[in-house]
Amino acid sequence: MSDASVTASTPQTGEAGFGDYFALLKPRVMTLVVFTAFVGLYAAPGSVHPVVGFAAILFIAVGGGASGALNMWWDADIDRVMKRTRNRPIPSGRITESEAFGFGMALAGFAVVMLGLATNLLAGALLAFTIFFYVVIYSMWLKRWTPQNIVIGGAAGAFPPMIGWVAATGSFSLESVLMFALIFMWTPPHFWALALFMRSDYDDAGVPMLTVTHGRRVTRVHILVYTALLAALAIGAAFTSIGGPVYLATAVVLNALFLKGAWAIWRRDESAAEADSYKVERSFFKLSLLYLFAHFGAIALDTAMAPLGLGGW
Amino acid sequence: MALSKQHDLHKRRFSRNLGLGLVLVGFVALIFGLTVAKVSTDDFTMPMNEVTD
Repeated sequence: MSDASVTASTPQTGEAGFGDYFALLKPRVMTLVVFTAFVGLYAAPGSVHPVVGFAAILFIAVGGGASGALNMWWDADIDRVMKRTRNRPIPSGRITESEAFGFGMALAGFAVVMLGLATNLLAGALLAFTIFFYVVIYSMWLKRWTPQNIVIGGAAGAFPPMIGWVAATGSFSLESVLMFALIFMWTPPHFWALALFMRSDYDDAGVPMLTVTHGRRVTRVHILVYTALLAALAIGAAFTSIGGPVYLATAVVLNALFLKGAWAIWRRDESAAEADSYKVERSFFKLSLLYLFAHFGAIALDTAMAPLGLGGW
Repeated sequence: MALSKQHDLHKRRFSRNLGLGLVLVGFVALIFGLTVAKVSTDDFTMPMNEVTD
């Protein structure tokens, strides 16, 4: 089915509901942004007024949502082709591309200015750079050009805890870089597992995912290598100032499970994967979601327990 | 196609208007809260041109 036929068959009513605009913000991605930004802000030294902290998280989330809306505007042609994204507001005709562009740009400007005013200019500038990185560097440039799109583009999703930290302290530090690195290294295995079981989607859309350009065997090897590097980083981070007993225990258990999953993915071939409808790849993908939330949850828990003399080292 | 009194289009428009209204009310409340938080911190100082004596 061509793009033109899909466009012609979907009504452009211009009467979208509130939920359609909310869907443009990619609410599921936003949960990750909100949670990691919160942990970055909470784990930072010093105290932040609760209202200022709430506002900072909200504006970071709105900035993340604006990136999502601008990404949907730019990728509307791909979204029309992929099964996973066909029902999004633009391909389904509920919101026009120009509306999504205007909405995304307005929200981006609003979020950057408000975060800068509510916290500090560096945090606002970092949010602006994150939106720029996700929309221009990742969506417009890397995504359709290189199979390393996910590796480099993953940086966009890794910035929120760093923005939270900067919002609280006004400066960068090693701890914020470690939290950034954790998400940065986690992103490739997470998305490559998805690409393995959403197999025809990326092929159909012509997105040069590693599965399309280098084949599925190479992707399986890459998942294992990146997972091993991630495990070393995640467990190593336990012995820095963001770590603590809760984080160490969480990291040891989850990285063992994650490595086991990556090993199972590496050992399988396509016929085995197809025979059980990519069961191992799907469970690895689900585990990856728990992995990230649990690591950041553990950082928050160690921070909360520190005044009691239980968290941190 | 004739529009019935309660067409789906009206519902979507209402949800949009209601949602935007609630967002604006929330924003006003947030700015009020932020202002109170900012002026009640220890390091807050009035601008010199606002100081009368």
